[in-house]
Amino acid sequence: MKIDKNQLLRFTTAGSVDDGKSTLIGRLLYDSKSIFEDQLAAVESSSKQKGIEGVDLAMFTDGLKDEREQGITIDVAYRYFTTPKRKFIIADTPGHIQYTRNMVTGASTANAAVVLIDARHGVIEQTKRHTFIASLLNIPHIIVCVNKMDLVDYSEDTFNAIVEQFEEFSSKLLIKDVRYIPISALNGDNVVNRSEHMSWFQGSPMLHELETLHISSDINKIDARFPVQTVLRPQRKGFEDYRGYAGRIASGIYRVGDEVAVLPSGFNSKIKSINSGDKEVEEAFAPMSVAMTLEDDIDISRGDMIVKMNNQPELSQEFDVMLCWLNNSPVKPRTKYTIMHTSNEQKAVIKDIVYKMDVNTFKRNEDDKDLKMNDIARVKLKTSHRLMLDSYRDNRNTGSVILVDESTKETVAAGMIV
Amino acid sequence: MSTYYLNYLEELESEAIFILREVWAQFQNPVILFSGGKDSILVTHLAKKAFHPAKIPFALMHVDTGHNFPEAIQFRDDIVDKLGVNLIVGSVQKSIDTGRVAEEKGKNATRNALQITTLLDTIEEHKIDCAIGGGRRDEEKARAKERFFSHRDEFGQWDPKNQRPELWNLLNGKYFEGEHFRAFPISNWTEMDVWNYLTKEKIEIPSLYLAHEREVVKRNGSWIPNSEFLKLEPNEDIVKKKIRFRTLGDITITGGIESDADTMEKIVEEVSTMRETERGNRSDDKRSETAMEDRKKDGYF
Ligand SMILES: Nc1nc2c(ncn2[C@@H]2O[C@H](COP(=O)(O)OP(=O)(O)OP(=O)(O)O)[C@@H](O)[C@H]2O)c(=O)[nH]1
Ligand SMILES: [Mg+2]
Repeated sequence: MKIDKNQLLRFTTAGSVDDGKSTLIGRLLYDSKSIFEDQLAAVESSSKQKGIEGVDLAMFTDGLKDEREQGITIDVAYRYFTTPKRKFIIADTPGHIQYTRNMVTGASTANAAVVLIDARHGVIEQTKRHTFIASLLNIPHIIVCVNKMDLVDYSEDTFNAIVEQFEEFSSKLLIKDVRYIPISALNGDNVVNRSEHMSWFQGSPMLHELETLHISSDINKIDARFPVQTVLRPQRKGFEDYRGYAGRIASGIYRVGDEVAVLPSGFNSKIKSINSGDKEVEEAFAPMSVAMTLEDDIDISRGDMIVKMNNQPELSQEFDVMLCWLNNSPVKPRTKYTIMHTSNEQKAVIKDIVYKMDVNTFKRNEDDKDLKMNDIARVKLKTSHRLMLDSYRDNRNTGSVILVDESTKETVAAGMIV
Repeated sequence: MSTYYLNYLEELESEAIFILREVWAQFQNPVILFSGGKDSILVTHLAKKAFHPAKIPFALMHVDTGHNFPEAIQFRDDIVDKLGVNLIVGSVQKSIDTGRVAEEKGKNATRNALQITTLLDTIEEHKIDCAIGGGRRDEEKARAKERFFSHRDEFGQWDPKNQRPELWNLLNGKYFEGEHFRAFPISNWTEMDVWNYLTKEKIEIPSLYLAHEREVVKRNGSWIPNSEFLKLEPNEDIVKKKIRFRTLGDITITGGIESDADTMEKIVEEVSTMRETERGNRSDDKRSETAMEDRKKDGYF
């Protein structure tokens, strides 16, 4: 199958602190000639100030003062680049455990994750945590880069041993597509160009892998889900009776004339028109932003969902989610959190912590009921009203929720519906 | 169409429209920060699409330093007229006159930093709870760290080390009284994407972006336009050059580049071969390594 050069691939970095994620992205941008001259000059002079010979490649993404002072990534940085084959959005995320919430921020919308492992250290707990999060987030493609091969004499045995380690633990996870590449981010081996030091490696450099991943099937085109964001009521001549339901199609395909159900009320109608911007269209699909009108006058507002009559999500007030706790203050029992799900917002309480995941052993701990920062657990939620639910595995957009603590207004947890 | 996927420009457009609608749904009194530059024009155009056939439900807000390109002001007034939206102007001159800020002194004095106070005062005065900006992550290294919904505390400050997580398409716009948000619907667009889109959609932009003859002086490696505010240094000469601007800021600090690109198509062509970033000619960013981060922490755009 051919890959359309106008398609967008979003990928994220992952792996432990200092494994070389930012250096790798710097190298990728540098070797693919995506760095502008003034950016290069600025990084050269900053590197010099820090007493680094040449350029500190990590500075192409580590842009905050504190990041440069400490030599670590604190928050996700987004970078953009294009090759003749494809367009990319990169999220370079922090490896430090303290900033896991920023890692999940960058990873949540990715089609692919590049997981780095320091060849000297092999798979460590943070490698497992990030890989586990990537599998929870259902990132379809994972490229494992064994980095700093220059520090282990480009040893094939070292590489193979780490691949084996990774296979061993990741076999317990649901990951569809994993590839392995030995690299040196610092020197550029197998990043954009094939390494001259590792002729034993038969695979392609990382960029080539990224350019040829198949992502067309990553979006759910089967289950039509349209969460209503807002209702358009133009107070304008010629549009007196217009009631457009505006939103971004979460999944599936809609056509004028389709029989639809409006949830949670359950009223049925037919699609009368679909607008994409100022153009009328006959059909629309995810992830298009559109406005629909229906044949019948039904009370519909933000938070409702328009679906096909013959394919509906589950309506429920009680359900299980895999929850990543992202806030410094731990779960407060009996607290009513605000739950955000598509464009819907309700109250939610955590009824039970079913088990906590030990990210090192992937064992389930059913006795530990404290949820603290960076913990991952399966929990039972109860919401004030019914939500229109799909499992996250089937549908990223309608299977994801966040919890907000109204006493701080902060996003405290991210959940994936089981 | 049978393959059912969007190309990247369509995907970026859809994402921006989603964010603009989310702003409208979650906030009480949002505005679009409108500078007359291409990015704020793009955001305004996308807002038109997002709410069609209804009117754009946001007022435009302009922070007027008084050091404007006359063309940009004209453009602003025309677009306000055409769209039938409200215009809110925050005036830096007024902030100076009322003693809220003091004019910078010295050779490199600008009103760039003074805008922050005017911006925050205007936000407060009009009880604005979300200011939609045309900032893009590819512009600058501190901007590369921005969320779509970016929280500002009571003092208008950004805390880049402690940003809220922002997962999937779930945007948390909750705030306490006195705080506000900045929203960046075109975060993921590059300069190239903006030009390609403006060209494809035939969107009108100020003539300043197209190559034209202008009186300029060479300063710090870029061509600064002659204006009533320009103080000529002894070694500087005014010359006529064919130039265009890649970004528009204050007339006192925005450098042009020599160019023959006098149509949108030629600009697209030119931008694709550029070896310097568009902000490379902005002296406001050149002041220090962290000039943008420092200003943003204080409440800058
Ligand atoms: N020898 C060698 N050093 C490397 C290589 N890649 C990265 N490094 C060094 O490893 C250190 C950490 O690199 P970073 O790129 O900042 O690591 P990171 O994974 O982004 O770290 P965080 O973002 O803080 O999690 C730096 O000193 C790099 O120069 C490599 O391939 N070989
Ligand atoms: Mg890093």
